[in-house]
Order: sequence, then structure tokens, then C-alpha cells
Amino acid sequence: MPSASAKQGRVRFGWLGRWATMGVLLLLWEIVAGYWLPRGRPELTTLLPPPTAIFKAAIELIGSGELLTHLWQSLRRELIAFAFALAAVPLGIAMGWWKWAHEQFDPIIEILRPIPPIAWIPLSILWLGIGNAQNQFIIFLGIFFPLLINTIQGVKNVEPNLVRAARCLGASEWQILKRVVLPAALPQIFTGIRIGFGVGWMALVAAELVGASSGLGFLINDARSLLKTDVVILGMLTIGVVGLVLDLLIRKIAKRVLPWSLAAQK
Amino acid sequence: MARLVVDGVHKIYPALQAGQDDVIALRDVNFVVEDHEFCCLLGHSGCGKTTLLNIMAGFEETTAGKITLDGTPVGPPHWTRTMVFQDYALFPWLTVERNIGFGLEVKGVPEAERARIVAEHVKLVGLAGFETRLPHQLSGGMKQRVAIARALAVDPQVALLDEPFAALDAQNRGLLQDELVRISLATKKTMVLITHSIEEAIKLSDRIIVMTKRPGTVKANIVVDIPRPRSEDDPRVIALKKELRALIADEREVELA
Repeated sequence: MPSASAKQGRVRFGWLGRWATMGVLLLLWEIVAGYWLPRGRPELTTLLPPPTAIFKAAIELIGSGELLTHLWQSLRRELIAFAFALAAVPLGIAMGWWKWAHEQFDPIIEILRPIPPIAWIPLSILWLGIGNAQNQFIIFLGIFFPLLINTIQGVKNVEPNLVRAARCLGASEWQILKRVVLPAALPQIFTGIRIGFGVGWMALVAAELVGASSGLGFLINDARSLLKTDVVILGMLTIGVVGLVLDLLIRKIAKRVLPWSLAAQK
Repeated sequence: MARLVVDGVHKIYPALQAGQDDVIALRDVNFVVEDHEFCCLLGHSGCGKTTLLNIMAGFEETTAGKITLDGTPVGPPHWTRTMVFQDYALFPWLTVERNIGFGLEVKGVPEAERARIVAEHVKLVGLAGFETRLPHQLSGGMKQRVAIARALAVDPQVALLDEPFAALDAQNRGLLQDELVRISLATKKTMVLITHSIEEAIKLSDRIIVMTKRPGTVKANIVVDIPRPRSEDDPRVIALKKELRALIADEREVELA
């Protein structure tokens, strides 16, 4: 059938097309940085290493375990901060459910929320010194607020009839919160986790740039001072790829845990 | 026993803004639903029938007057008065079984007992084989069967049904109406159902309460003692249909005037 084959062709081209632009750009980069710069402006070659040099650096740093050590340090900070930031879920449920809780906490949240996590770095260094606790605090702030805001919204969006149904079936206030409001808000809570992980991951690197002696942020800043631009770019790429993988992972988990949510939201 | 008495119920919603009038949703509504009776509240949208049902369920309070169940005024929502919603309101994360068992679970009914009651109600509404499905995998008609089973599984005194078949296609609606007749005869529950369909009211009711447009009052209180199943060709059915049409048509003129 012509339509089916046309569709197939498009799919195949689409798959190729997705990588085509990237491939061309990489090739251009390789030509400019690997052949043109060394001949025309050799003094600039250290500023822009070609992809092959970065690839070489990657093999070297993975081989020595250095990259994975830094990556693990960063991931560990993110996960610990996430564990603490989960406190946003009960707080968000309370704020979404009880008017008094919203009235009490909302002004505080609204003032603190627009302050970027990075703006907390100076104060947090004074409070906690340089190291894990300070880093985790910055990431915590990055995750906490998106998670809180989404949890509140998730609770407010719970279908009133679900709550009514539970109520007339005999559920107590506590049972309604646990058995209806929490699960009904979970899809949006997962959205909050995804956004929070993203913001946290960005904040993490900023925190490590200034106040850490390990981690991916530290790695790229340390490499900068040694003018190892290949390592700087490698570190940046690692941050990007790992951020993407984390996001995909959370989405996968959400799909697994909430098989009903996509269909229900339609 | 489950005798539901609606006694001089008024419901007034205060004006939201200055200069607006208060909205009188219900004015001096009086009627009695006897034990084991199937009662339909029939009226156009905006006649306050949903408000009345919400008051029976305990979701809203009366402004004046009271509703009693076996002599006790109804208070906040309680499992003795369960509701079936037009939009089903099933818990989308729970399987059919667990939706039906929800009320039993929060009541703390032991698992074996719960499983027995759930199985019984799955059978009652004809959902055998679908126990482990999630609501989004079911058709509208099947969802409403789950909702009916869920409302009956806790063994309430009264089941309240808020236009339960309005969202279904004509064929499914007819089927579910027949099923509900069968279920109500089998369970002998007192039921109150809201509808704006004359045919539905005739098919299901032991008693039909016709309501006027806002402010909602009782226009007619008709006991239907035509034996079931009721054929559309039955002269008594035809006569009743005519009578109800006239009552309802009056209301439409009021609306236009």
C-alpha cells in the first residue's frame, strides 16, 4: 500500500534526520577545531578542542575512574537532597487541603520561592562551610519549591466527586487524604519531582563550582584553572547527558507506578 | 428500615455580590420515600433536584427544614447514604474489585469477609471477569456498574443516584435501567434517583416526585403501582407518560414566561 510505505519511509528518514544535523555540526566542529584553527590561529586551539580530543579525554577519565567518582559524588548529593526535599509532599498536601495551612505558609513560600537557589550560596557557605552539607542544601532548595508548588496544585485539582464518593462510603478525613488525595495528586507530584530534579541538577553544578572539592561542577572548574578545556566540555556534556537520563528515568518510573494516570488525564 | 422523610426543606444560596438576589434553590419541599421504595426526582435542570440529593447525602445543609432517615436527621456524609455520580467518580488507580471494596476497606471489614461481599456485588452488577481491570479500561456502562456496586457493597440504607445514566448512549442506558430495576428488586434497597427523563422515571419508579423550576418545590407526588417489567405499550404506562409530560410541559412554559 502506498500510504503505508510512505509512512515507513518517513519514519526511517525521521530517525536518520534526528541525528543528521547533530552529525553535520560535529563534523564542522571537528574540521574547525582540529584542522583549521591549528593552521590559522594556533593560539586559540586550547580554547576549543575538537570532538575527538574530548572523546579521548572521556576515555582517559572513565578509564582512571575520575569521571565516575565525580559523577557519583554529584548524584549522591542530588539524591540526599531529594530525600530531604520530599518533605514538600506532606507540606504541599496540607497546604492544598486545609485553608489555614495555605494561609499560614503561602506568604513565606511566596517570598522564598523567587530567590534562585544560587543566591543562597554565599549565606549557605557561611552557615555550613564548604562541602557536602552546603551543596545538598542548595540542591534541596532547587527541588523543594517545584515539588511543593506541584503538590499543592495536584491536591487542588483532585476531582471533588472523588472526595465526596470516599466520604459517603465512610472514609475518615485521614483516610481520604491517604487513600484519595495523595494518589489522585501523584501524577502532578511526579511532575514536580521531574522539574525539581532538573532545577536541583542545575543548582548542584553551580553549588559545586563554588563550594566543593568533588563532583562534576568541581571537575569542570578545576579543569578550567588548568586550562584543560577538553575536560571542561566533557564535564559539561556529562552533566547534560546525566540530566537527560535522570528525566527519562523519572518518566519511566511514573509510567510504571501510575499506569492509570495517562489514560485518566485524557 | 429506611424511611426517608423530607420535611419542609428550604435551601437558599446567599447572593455572591451586593445588588444580586439570593438564589432560592428549594422552597418548602415535603415528601416521604417509604422503606424499600424506588423514588425518582423528575424535573428540568435547575430545579434544585441535585441540591436536594446533596442534602440527603450530607454534602450540603438545609437552610430550613430537615431530612430524616428513620426519624434521625441526616448529618454529614455517612456510609448509610451512598451516592452514585453521573461522572462515575471511580478511583482511577484502583481495580474494579478494590473500587467496589473501598467502603468495606475503610470500614475495616476483615479481608475474607470483604472478598466475599465484593465477589457477590461483582456478580450482582454483571462484571465477573473484569475484577482486576482499571476503570480506564472499562466502557461508560461498565464504569457505572462498578459505581453502583461500590455504593451498594457497604450495605447502605439509602442509595442516592445523581443522573447515573445521563452520560451513556441510548442502548447502554436502556440496558442499565433494566439492570437497576433487577438490582433494586434483588437488594430491596431504598433508592432515590435524579432524572430529567420521563421514560426513565416510569421504568424505574415506585414513586415519582415531579419538581417545579426554581425555586424547586414538589409539583406532584405520584405512586406508580404498575407491575414490572413495564411495557411501553401498557395503557397505564402510556397514560402516566401523558400525565408526566403535561406536568413537565407546564414547567417549560413557566421557564419561557
